[in-house]
Amino acid sequence: MADATAPAAPVTTSAHGGSPELQHQFDTVDQQREASSFGMWVFLVTEILFFGGLFLAYTVYRHTYSQAFAEASRHLDITLGTFNTAVLIVSSLTMALAVFSAATGRRKAIVVFLLATMALGAVFLGVKAVEYSHKFHDHLVPGPSFHFPGPDARPAEIFFSLYFTMTGLHAVHMVVGIGLLTALVLQARKGRYTPEYHTPVEVCGLYWHFVDIVWIFLFPLLYLIGRHIH
Amino acid sequence: MAQHVVPRKVYFAVFTALIVLTATTTGVSFLDLGPWNTVVALGIAFLKATLVVLFFMHVRYSPRLTQITIAGGLFWLAILIALTLSDFMTRGWLPTLQKLGP
Repeated sequence: MADATAPAAPVTTSAHGGSPELQHQFDTVDQQREASSFGMWVFLVTEILFFGGLFLAYTVYRHTYSQAFAEASRHLDITLGTFNTAVLIVSSLTMALAVFSAATGRRKAIVVFLLATMALGAVFLGVKAVEYSHKFHDHLVPGPSFHFPGPDARPAEIFFSLYFTMTGLHAVHMVVGIGLLTALVLQARKGRYTPEYHTPVEVCGLYWHFVDIVWIFLFPLLYLIGRHIH
Repeated sequence: MAQHVVPRKVYFAVFTALIVLTATTTGVSFLDLGPWNTVVALGIAFLKATLVVLFFMHVRYSPRLTQITIAGGLFWLAILIALTLSDFMTRGWLPTLQKLGP
C-alpha cells in the first residue's frame, strides 16, 4: 500500500512524517486542527438552538405571568447564585490557562489547570445540590407536594418547572464536561499534548466555555428578576 | 495559517471584566429601574458572553468559516425567537382572533 503511493505523493508523505498525530485525510496539522474546532462549533450551534428553545419558553411564560415569575424568583438564593456564577467564571479562566499551557508546552501546568477546572466544576455542582435540597425542603419542587403562598401558585409552579429543567440540563452538561476533562487529564499526564498537537484540550475548552455562557444567561433570568420589588 | 496563542494577560483582563460585570448585574438588580432592569440584565449577559466567545473561545482569531458558522447559528436563534414572539405577542390584536388568544 505504502509502496504504491509513496513515490506519487512525496509532499503528503513528508507532511505525515512531520507529526505522528496527523490523520491521513488531512494535508497539514493546521487543517486538521481547524476541522476539529469547526466540528465542535457546529455541535455548539445545535446546543445554542437546544437551550434557545428553553429560553424562548421562559420568555413566553415570563411575559404572560411577569408578577408571579418575579415573586417566585425571590425564592432563589441570590448569594449562592452569585457565588456559583463567580465559580464558573474562575473555571473558565483555568480552562483557558490549560489551553494556553498546552499551546506553550507547559506539560505539568496543563494537568494542574485541568484539575483546578474540574474541582471548580465540582464546587458548582455541590452548591447546586445544596440549592436543590433547599427547594425540596421548602416544597418548591413542581409536583403533588408543591406549595407556594398567594394566588400565583400555578404560574410559580411553571417558573420552578423551568428553573429545574434549565439548571438541571445545564448541570448535566457540567457533569459531561467534568468527564471530558477527566479523559484529558489522563492523556495529559502521559505527556500526549504538545504545542503542535493539543486539539482535544482546545476543543473541550470550547465546550466548557459554552456551558459557562449558558449559565451567564440563566443567572440573571432566574435569580435576579424580582429583587427590586419590596 | 499558524495557530494563534492568546497571551495570558488577555485572559486575566477578560476574567477581571467578567467578575466586575457579575457584581454589577447583581447590584443593579436591587435598584428599581422599571422595564430597564431586564434590559440592563440582558445587556450585561450579552456583553459577558461576547467576551467569553471572542477571547476565551478564540473566535476573534478563528478562521472566517468558524465565525460565519457561529453567526449563522445566532441568526437561526433570532428567527426562532422573533417569529414565535411576533405570533405570541400579537394575539388579541384583532377582535376576531381574541377567542384564540392565550
